[in-house]
Amino acid sequence: MAVANKESALSRVASDPVSRRKLLAVTGSSTALTAFLAACGSDSGTTTMGTSTAAAGKSGTEKFGKGDVGILNYALTLEYLEVAFYEDIVKSGLFKGSDLATIRKFGKEEAEHVTALTGFVKQMGGTPVPKPKTEFPLKSAKSVLELAATVENLGAAAYLGQAPYIKGASVLSAALSIHSVEGRHAAALDTLLGESITPDGAFAKPAPASEVLKSVEPFIVG
Amino acid sequence: MSDQILAQPELAGVRIDEDSDDLSRSEVILKGALAAGAVYGAAMVGPFVGRALAMSEGGDVGILNFALTLEYLEATFYREAKTRAKASGDLKSLIDLIGRDEDEHVGALTETIKMLGGKPVAEPKFDFPYSGTAGFLKLAQTFEDTGVSAYNGAAPQIKSKEVLEAAGSIVQVEARHAAAIRLQNGDEPSPVAFDPALSEAKVLKAVEPFIQ
Repeated sequence: MAVANKESALSRVASDPVSRRKLLAVTGSSTALTAFLAACGSDSGTTTMGTSTAAAGKSGTEKFGKGDVGILNYALTLEYLEVAFYEDIVKSGLFKGSDLATIRKFGKEEAEHVTALTGFVKQMGGTPVPKPKTEFPLKSAKSVLELAATVENLGAAAYLGQAPYIKGASVLSAALSIHSVEGRHAAALDTLLGESITPDGAFAKPAPASEVLKSVEPFIVG
Repeated sequence: MSDQILAQPELAGVRIDEDSDDLSRSEVILKGALAAGAVYGAAMVGPFVGRALAMSEGGDVGILNFALTLEYLEATFYREAKTRAKASGDLKSLIDLIGRDEDEHVGALTETIKMLGGKPVAEPKFDFPYSGTAGFLKLAQTFEDTGVSAYNGAAPQIKSKEVLEAAGSIVQVEARHAAAIRLQNGDEPSPVAFDPALSEAKVLKAVEPFIQ
């Protein structure tokens, strides 16, 4: 079952950021530690930590708006995507019982993130991005769970990637409180799949906006 | 024995705390929170903006030493759990994995504090009053949830972007541990849509009973 649908959109996504992240995890804890220390010890404006480009000062979310508004709108886009995906999964009838309850619960939490982020964008005088039209492959329970885990792991990495760019304390605080929830979702889905709950090892890796957006592109149809 | 945990109301759940030593900062955040609340309802904003204001002495080194204390606690807790939790199968593997992660957090934080010219806090002596698997799981859940809220509370005060990113990469792992432990407990892995932030004072009060 795990090797089915090799050519699906799922495997395209799975082969991009997450498999790379898994590879990084396999390379061992010492790598993560070294990267962590290199990042922390850096005071010259450069950093070798993972894919971080914090020192360069570009969040990669500029097309969604300036500064924190752009970051919030970028996050809002990802949350919209997650909400739509969970809604589609519920409708698919592929899940029942406690798994369905978990999916509903996660979907509800993503919807709360949408509401909160929308409110924040408005509060800052920005215009919330519209909800994208989405389409997800819903072939089997297994492939759907794998895609959900991929999306959640990516979402957690996306928030982590933006944290250093956030200017406002309350925006950062909100982003952090969502970030760890995405991490919880990812770990729960990893557990359901029998995968490691910490694919990056002891230190989660950030994902830059460019990489995240490229990964979700196949699911946005308008 | 495990009932002793219930005798610590601080540990029954992670709550948003109400104190802050830094009024100017709290005013700023509160203003934002109130404005946000006006837009989409106070109930929605409360949980996460409530306390991002954990105050720490000594800037980034102080925050890192606070984190190191918590990581020492977790690392010791899981090391002991290998014999005390009476775990088998998936839980045994989970304890090994989490314990390894916490050890790495201790190592990384210690080195980072040194690199920043600080002095890492000494490892405290701990005492964990529990027995058996159920007692272990209950306490583990409290520690992991508290750890998430501790990092989320402290992170907004971190000055260095690199240290913030590192703290973020640790807190996500703590959240993953929390979810996995909660599943082992038969609880919701993600009970709320916004993980609350906890002040340093509240966190220290919560872990104090376990420090000798």
